[in-house]
Amino acid sequence: MEKNINITLKIWRQAGPKVKGKFETYKLDNISTDSSFLEMLDVLNEKLVRERKEPIAFDHDCREGICGMCGLYINGHPHGLDGETTTCQLHMRRFKDGDTITVEPWRSTGFPVIKDLVVNRGAFDKIIQAGGYVSVNTGGIPDGNAIPVPKHQAEEAMDAASCIGCGACVAACKNGSAMLFVAAKVSQFALLPQGQVERAARAKAMVSKMDELGFGNCTNTGACEAECPKAISISHIARLNREYLSAKFKD
Amino acid sequence: MWLIDSSIGRKLIMSITGAMLVLFLLFHSIMNFVAIINPYAYDAICAFLGANWYALVATSGLAAGFVIHILYAFFLSLQNMRARGNDRYAVTSKQKGVSWASQNMLILGAVILGFLALHLFQFWSKMQLVELMHKAGAHSDEEAVRLAAKGAHWVQYYFSQPVYSILYIVWLVALWYHLTHGVWSSLQSLGLNNKKWLPRVKSISNVIATIIILLFIAIPVCGLLEAGPLFSPNSTYHPFPNL
Repeated sequence: MEKNINITLKIWRQAGPKVKGKFETYKLDNISTDSSFLEMLDVLNEKLVRERKEPIAFDHDCREGICGMCGLYINGHPHGLDGETTTCQLHMRRFKDGDTITVEPWRSTGFPVIKDLVVNRGAFDKIIQAGGYVSVNTGGIPDGNAIPVPKHQAEEAMDAASCIGCGACVAACKNGSAMLFVAAKVSQFALLPQGQVERAARAKAMVSKMDELGFGNCTNTGACEAECPKAISISHIARLNREYLSAKFKD
Repeated sequence: MWLIDSSIGRKLIMSITGAMLVLFLLFHSIMNFVAIINPYAYDAICAFLGANWYALVATSGLAAGFVIHILYAFFLSLQNMRARGNDRYAVTSKQKGVSWASQNMLILGAVILGFLALHLFQFWSKMQLVELMHKAGAHSDEEAVRLAAKGAHWVQYYFSQPVYSILYIVWLVALWYHLTHGVWSSLQSLGLNNKKWLPRVKSISNVIATIIILLFIAIPVCGLLEAGPLFSPNSTYHPFPNL
């Protein structure tokens, strides 16, 4: 049932990477509870543009929870209070009339703020470049079922591969650790036959890139798993530990 | 060196030293429990574990484990705080399934370390250290040397004072919190986990932590209640029964 609510927003404004940011308060009236959180921000930005003010910068792309682009820290939770959803899947019906909503960017040394609520998640791309791929010889199209994959392994790999790289794990972690992301990306290949060739090298390269980029050490609090929009399990982190340690002991 | 340079290597050190300390605690707690049942048997264990070569080797290994565990804890925490960045979140919230202990391991560890200093002063410095000094030829009080192997005497002496019993209970509660996260976390860092075993490992770890603490806490509780052969008002225990 549609109704309209009036809300107060406390939003982090930061003009650039080196500038000191601060919270600005905005009042917004008549927001439809059917609108999504990002649509509400669009309404606010249109209002700001009409008032000849700088609109708020925030990341978004597909708006259907699959691209991993959106990411706001809303009222103390990455992607908001709802479990297993991204920011774009959060709706205003989750808020009450008169609520004050605090919106912050991901805060972590690995993800420096570019502007307002937009952070630079290029570090994740660099980790992927370090080893998050499978090298394939080009040639004829391989036969569909030439390489058998056990069902439970295929499913586990698929669960790991559902990571969209949004960075909520890093944002939620008190240590700013990227272990859940790296664990998911290492797991999805370590579980499949196609990933075996580069298995040891991949784990070592991705972990050392992660450390080099200034992410913290995992202390197994499990905050990442609780906030992950794709509910990636921390058992993948145990697998990453295993992959890395066995690769190192083999050396 | 990957044990220092890589995050997983550092966690490996943390988990191995941690697991070592858990095994030590398990041994120590079982040994202590003997003091409640039979003080003389406890004195025999203490005499067995004096300044002998095997006890000294184990003690130095243990001390090294402690030092490495603590140094790495500060090292890791410092790095983690740096990784978190300078700007803190204005609003923070508790996530479901995230234990309080897991987010306060350093603070709990510091509390444990503080009490450890008291504990070493109260017991170790009056027992193994005295024997060691005596063997090394340092001048030592004859009475102190004779009491050095009488663990039950020192247990009786300190835990008949309610203030120490209460302090030790506080210490053990902090230790319990530290262990509820530490035990399963060390297994996770070693990679011994999967989706099916994660909840099982967590409950097994909680059981281990609880057993250790219950065994330990029995002594200060008996001290407070004046119960058992060591603490009851009509206790027959004497450090030198033949005198």
